[in-house]
Amino acid sequence: MIDTLRLTAEDAIALVERGEATPAELHAAYREAIDARDAELHCYLTLVDSPNGATSIPIALKDIIGTKGVRTTAGSKILDDYVPVYDSTVAERCKTSGLSLLGKTNLDEFAMGSSTENSAYGPSRNPWDPSRVPGGSGGGSAAAVSAGLAPWALGSDTGGSIKQPSSLCGNVGLRPTYGTVSRYGVVAFASSLDQIGPVTKTVRDNALLYRIISGRDPSDTTTVDVPPVEIPAAEDLKGLRVGIPQELNEADGIEPGVAAAVKKAIDLAAQLGADVDTCELPRSVEYGLACYYLIAPAEASSNLARYDGVRFGPRVDANDYYEMVARTRDAGFGDEPKRRIMLGTYALSAGYYEAFYGQAQKVRTVISREFAAAFERFDVLLSPTSPTVAFELGARTRPVPRPALGVIDTLDCS
Amino acid sequence: MAITRDDVLHVAKLAELDLTEDEIDRLQEQLSAILEAVGKVSELDLADVPPTAHPLSSVNVLGADEPHPSLPLDDVFANAPAREHDLFRVPPSA
Repeated sequence: MIDTLRLTAEDAIALVERGEATPAELHAAYREAIDARDAELHCYLTLVDSPNGATSIPIALKDIIGTKGVRTTAGSKILDDYVPVYDSTVAERCKTSGLSLLGKTNLDEFAMGSSTENSAYGPSRNPWDPSRVPGGSGGGSAAAVSAGLAPWALGSDTGGSIKQPSSLCGNVGLRPTYGTVSRYGVVAFASSLDQIGPVTKTVRDNALLYRIISGRDPSDTTTVDVPPVEIPAAEDLKGLRVGIPQELNEADGIEPGVAAAVKKAIDLAAQLGADVDTCELPRSVEYGLACYYLIAPAEASSNLARYDGVRFGPRVDANDYYEMVARTRDAGFGDEPKRRIMLGTYALSAGYYEAFYGQAQKVRTVISREFAAAFERFDVLLSPTSPTVAFELGARTRPVPRPALGVIDTLDCS
Repeated sequence: MAITRDDVLHVAKLAELDLTEDEIDRLQEQLSAILEAVGKVSELDLADVPPTAHPLSSVNVLGADEPHPSLPLDDVFANAPAREHDLFRVPPSA
């Protein structure tokens, strides 16, 4: 009997290597766990029955990652019946590594949100307390890993969509440095921010999966060569320089419980031999959110222009071409994508481009320089991922950005 | 920054969205509030600061100028709502 709730990906791989479980048996064990619990949690939008000649363990992919022959919706009705005719590079690399696809996980529509409540297919729920959200946009991947409905998963992060749900579900999420993982074949949201990354139970699992997906890809020209990924082995942190950005650790709105948990982690790092000191990121924290809220919608408005009822997706018929396109888009997009398309189109329109998008690109340079200066002094910076623990479904539906909430996630746009 | 109803209609036309009356009202209010919040970026004087699009210093990437096979046409049209011969079929524009 395989205990999917506690089994790490590393241990699952060991089971296969020792011949104690076949890839098909592992796939079946996770399917059984899904059948038992996913009616309640709604982590998955599409399931794949067969392990299809896999030689290793299974994986779940966020439904924004294109998979050949397997429906890919991006959580939107406008891609309700979309079945990609080619694999994304990350899906291809998983296949090449022998991983079997368990299914496609739920997300906020086009990865726009932080609770999965913007999914056109209904929200996912947090396995620790199903009255609460799993975070978002990649709530399906995070909830699936925490509930033992997948040994590990991939998410995508534009402004926190891997980190925040991983935090709210209690697993390890990595938003890799921009340029280290290919986005070829992934539904685009904001191209200068989007990154694909692993969602796992442990840091070692995370490094193993990052090793599989990272590296230069000729099909995504933003990618770079990545040094070989070392699996963490040290038992201490001697010599590691840890920076504690004051603005991020003492911001208004950080719940006492969250602050206490982070304090414990800082103390542990010091006990393990790390050199801990404080630092400042004043302008990054003050201007990060506004910067993100211009760059992301502007790029989204451009990327989402392709959904026009011509090449894919359901179409709303009309006698005139432009009417067909406008009706298809109004019917196919939910409120959040529409709001961001409108905001982005406005920010990019004649007379406003320099003041909004152009200025935001410069603010990004300011943020990048602040981080670069901090990384002169430190190897890592430590802060809460989210100022709160998972909140209840329906508790946050305000359409306007909340400074205290968004700011912490969005900073690694540098 | 107050957005007028005409602004919303103009942007909706650029974005090719056939908004309902209800959506027009809501977006007018929400966009005004969001633009006021993000307008914060204009507080900084950044005349001498260059823009950033990619955090790593990347060089231009050129592909080899060699022919290679494209997707088969049946794949290209696999998700299309309407196909006629080897073309996407759409209504005429007035």
